[in-house]
Amino acid sequence: MFQKYANPTRFLKLANAILPWVAGLTVILIATGLYFAFAASPPDYQQGQTVRIMYVHVPSAWMAMFAYAFIVLASAVGLIWKHPVAHVSALAAAPIGACFTLICLTTGSLWGKPMWGTWWVWDARLTSVLVLFFLYLGFIALANAFDDAARGEKASAILALIGGVNLPIIKFSVDWWNTLHQPASVTKLGMPAVHSSMLIPLLLMAVGFTTLFFTLVIIRSRAELASRRINALRAARIHAEAGGG
Amino acid sequence: MTAFFALIGRDIRIALRQLSDTFIVIIFFVIAAALFPFGVGAEPNLLARMAPGILWVTALLSAMLSFDRLFQNDYEDGTLDLLVIAPQPLWMTALAKIAAHWITTGVPLLVAAPLIGVMLNLGPDGYGVLMVAMALGTAIISLTGALGAALTLGSRRSGVLLSLLVLPLVIPVLIFGAGAVEASIAGFPAAQQLLLLGGLLLACLVLCPWGCAIALKIAAE
Repeated sequence: MFQKYANPTRFLKLANAILPWVAGLTVILIATGLYFAFAASPPDYQQGQTVRIMYVHVPSAWMAMFAYAFIVLASAVGLIWKHPVAHVSALAAAPIGACFTLICLTTGSLWGKPMWGTWWVWDARLTSVLVLFFLYLGFIALANAFDDAARGEKASAILALIGGVNLPIIKFSVDWWNTLHQPASVTKLGMPAVHSSMLIPLLLMAVGFTTLFFTLVIIRSRAELASRRINALRAARIHAEAGGG
Repeated sequence: MTAFFALIGRDIRIALRQLSDTFIVIIFFVIAAALFPFGVGAEPNLLARMAPGILWVTALLSAMLSFDRLFQNDYEDGTLDLLVIAPQPLWMTALAKIAAHWITTGVPLLVAAPLIGVMLNLGPDGYGVLMVAMALGTAIISLTGALGAALTLGSRRSGVLLSLLVLPLVIPVLIFGAGAVEASIAGFPAAQQLLLLGGLLLACLVLCPWGCAIALKIAAE
């Protein structure tokens, strides 16, 4: 199944067929999700209106992890089956995942100021997400650091796999460090069972963010494939002119 | 096995002939650690409390300076191509280079660490654990850093890029390494952290030379 879409033309055909559907779904889901989040859901009895930040914050945190898992998987497929489109989609997903991570950190910080009284705490979760953000930056930097694009995508694919192995270890050690250094400075706000009036917008937004992710991955992969084709055509023309001249 | 030790011997000989490279790393280690009292104040208790962290962070940063030469010279003069097509498995070659790197960089850092400990007023109970933790930790740093060096081989600004890739990956070493020293100063047993460091070292010992070999093969293509 993977092999079939190693051919960029076939992949583009599939991508073009899917794109309007996921894009449309994204618009509908996020629009209804935002309506529920801002208008049709109650403010929290403790957090007041700031609870509405959660409808963006939590889905983007999920997407931050989902996008990294996607990159690891795509990199593995790319390396194992020498699948060019898998590499392209991993590279396309990286800046999107980094953006979700940044959104997660920023909204969390905006929520933390009124709730915890500080923009940033070295809480285990916050720290892990920050490290995840660094891993994204490393991946993007390595992918773009070579003059030969093929080298960049292979090297960054290996890095993504290493990161994928290392991420649970980092998560574990950060949890461990956190319990060692600052016991219970931040109470975990014992999440009570979420009421459906809040769960519905949250789930709508989460699914909407997922389709948004795939929409953007398809658009970016398409752009990347197109730019490679332009480069190849340009190189071929220069070659032909030089040879024929 | 002969080739393995021959390669280690060759790399150590090269390092001995370019001793200034090793010295620069150690001098950076001392200078960077010496900056902290200027920044945070020279109060002995404060320094004693921060010493484990400062030692580990500066050791990490100084080690980062040493990785660009790990494969770079071999890559430029074509030795790497010969190592890749040599009959020895490439992971073994990578492991030999890493071992040589640890002997020429990790061990000097290890020797300099107690000196900096004295400068930072590290508690007397910390030194034994510091040496054990540093021995394990520098080996992990050598292994992970070699992976970063192999991945960034031939890239633009590989030195800075390498730090960007490797530093987030070695956060666990920092946590357990500094944690071990802190525990021993506070009078607790540090076995737990040291065992975790040992576990990390074993995992890296299996995975890093293998990853290095793949990255080197891609670089030599």
